[in-house]
Amino acid sequence: MTTTTSTPAWVEERRAKAKARFAQTGFPTTRQEEWRFTNVAPIADSNFPLAHGAPQHAASLVNSVAVPGSVRLAIINGQFAAGLSDLSALPKGIRIASLRDGARDATDGIEQHLGRVFSIDTHPFAALNTSFLDDGVAIMVTRGAVVETPIHIVVVTSGDGKGVVAHPRTLVIAGANSQVRIAQTFIGAPGDVYFNNAVAEVVVEEGAIVDFSTDQRESDKAFHVFNLQVHVEAKGVFASHAFSTGSRIMRHDIGIGLKGEGADCTINGVYLADGDRLMDTHTSLDHATAHCTSHEIYKGILAGKAKAVFNGRIIVRIDAQKTDAKQTNRALLLSDDCTINSNPQLEIFADDVKCTHGAAVGQLDEEAMFYLQARGLNRTEARDLLLHAFAGEVLDGLKIPELREQISATLFSALERDVRASTALSPGGL
Amino acid sequence: MLDVKNLKVRVEDKEILRGITLSVKAGEVHAIMGPNGSGKSTFARALAGHPGYEVTEGSVTYKGQDLLEMDPDERAREGVFMAFQYPVEIPGVNNAYFLKAALNAKRKHQGLEELDAMDFMALVKEKAKILDIDEKMLLRSVNEGFSGGEKKRNEIFHMAVLEPALAVLDETDSGLDIDALRIVSQGVNAMRSPDRAFIVVTHYQRLLNYIVPDYVHVLSDGCLVRSGGRELALELEEKGYGWLEAAPRLGSGQAVVGARK
Ligand SMILES: Nc1ncnc2c1ncn2[C@@H]1O[C@H](COP(=O)(O)OP(=O)(O)OP(=O)(O)O)[C@@H](O)[C@H]1O
Ligand SMILES: [Mg+2]
Repeated sequence: MTTTTSTPAWVEERRAKAKARFAQTGFPTTRQEEWRFTNVAPIADSNFPLAHGAPQHAASLVNSVAVPGSVRLAIINGQFAAGLSDLSALPKGIRIASLRDGARDATDGIEQHLGRVFSIDTHPFAALNTSFLDDGVAIMVTRGAVVETPIHIVVVTSGDGKGVVAHPRTLVIAGANSQVRIAQTFIGAPGDVYFNNAVAEVVVEEGAIVDFSTDQRESDKAFHVFNLQVHVEAKGVFASHAFSTGSRIMRHDIGIGLKGEGADCTINGVYLADGDRLMDTHTSLDHATAHCTSHEIYKGILAGKAKAVFNGRIIVRIDAQKTDAKQTNRALLLSDDCTINSNPQLEIFADDVKCTHGAAVGQLDEEAMFYLQARGLNRTEARDLLLHAFAGEVLDGLKIPELREQISATLFSALERDVRASTALSPGGL
Repeated sequence: MLDVKNLKVRVEDKEILRGITLSVKAGEVHAIMGPNGSGKSTFARALAGHPGYEVTEGSVTYKGQDLLEMDPDERAREGVFMAFQYPVEIPGVNNAYFLKAALNAKRKHQGLEELDAMDFMALVKEKAKILDIDEKMLLRSVNEGFSGGEKKRNEIFHMAVLEPALAVLDETDSGLDIDALRIVSQGVNAMRSPDRAFIVVTHYQRLLNYIVPDYVHVLSDGCLVRSGGRELALELEEKGYGWLEAAPRLGSGQAVVGARK
């Protein structure tokens, strides 16, 4: 369905506001607390032009990660691509539109929520995305609908070898007591240099259950920034599972506001980095009301000269009594040259709460390695097994089995890549 | 099958084995006894190729090959097996999955076809039955939360599935209850064959009533100080290790095996 109506005034307005804001702040610098360990100068200096049109390999990239039996939504260089999407399995109880069409047709909730789930004042890259607000996908789950079919968004970015920037955007509104599983895969052609600056906003209305998985497998030369911002209303349940194996510089900002009593959320993730790559995850959990629970597990595997940043912020507001928040963050360093800056940041203003956090950074257990080798596994096989066991806790939480298989398999090949780099250095390595 | 000559091993700058010479032929069972801290596990772990155990002198020839040149996994695939005194807990790694990977690594090395899940499960069930192993142990993570005795039994179970040519059992009897000791011993005895050898490290003569050794050796302070037949174990049981201190020590490089048979 194509209409020729021009962009609605409210979209223009939000864009202009974000543009003005970004013009004021510019790209963040390491002088800012939130960006202390992540230098985005290579992104700021790249000056990539906005991506246009479909790249050569779009179809094969989309197909390479297709999840059988799902509804597939392709976002190519920031634009919804109907031709590469597959809505044949679209069940009742869910409406899907390109963000552009949805905004133009005044589809329920879009005007109300788009750009409103987060503040452009605290998220410069999300402000930048909003200043180019143009297209993406909007997913509206009808009140009470239980959607069995997984919804898979495939985000492809590529300038066919030339550097480009894209600002893809996703909006999910899960109506009261609805249920849906959504996955988002970020992918680009291997070796391509580009900047993907994505934003997803999710509104979980009262009693709704939303499961949201992210598979970040961008080109290992790419810059990848992703803001996932979520509102969870009373008794709503939200889970994020993020797997990151790609990009040269990655920054994830995952912000979840538990806005109504009895809401529950999970923020889990696994990231893998080698070479001189940098992976930064900032999570922020806002316990704004009472009786909410949150569970967070992040696991990192670093090799080569990789750097990682993990900042897990938990705010428990004065009214958020009986909060139960648990955060765990672990990292395995496979070489002496990789580093992690890990920082739990608990800000607790209520007095009757339970908050626990634990962080551990270590090496592979050499006694376990010896045990596995002494039974016949070579060093790489033994390492893969231990690393898979390490990631398993998070991997097992993935609610879409086909996606779990797919990620599990790539995790293995990414591990092989990472491990090869570090095996050469370690004693007993081949 | 195994020829150890004047083996000296250092751990973290401390010389633990000070010249071990031992020859094991196919079909034989050798028991190694000796006081705590005398170096029995060091010997076992050095044979298995633990990277923390530095061989400073001597040689180990296994089936005509230089064992010391091989990585631990190569040794395993060539048929050397060590049952750990303290089996390692590995959370998140499924016992059966691991064992299948280990068995197939070995089969591949031998040029045999890898077993698929069905054939493997059939094999494993048969072995589990012989050793009276609860099949639930197969579904759990390797050794995680296993009792002391269960860990030891799991080691013997791994051995039964991997069918090594040379098995080094490091205090597998410690921690086993009376019934388990009998079952495990029967499992070991069932595997005795003309082309397989065992080195059994133990503190207790009782085990040797079940697994009857051809030779008994006493390791003390990093040296083999006495070798003999199974009656040596009875003598030790009676007199302890003290009387050996006074006895003349066998020098390194001397052929000790069979000296007293
Ligand atoms: N990693 C290590 N670092 C320092 N010393 C070690 C290490 N491993 C072993 N040793 C020392 O080497 C000596 C021999 O230890 P080993 O474990 O071989 O003895 P053992 O004969 O098996 O004793 P047990 O009967 O108690 O099992 C001991 O003094 C022990 O403390
Ligand atoms: Mg010992």
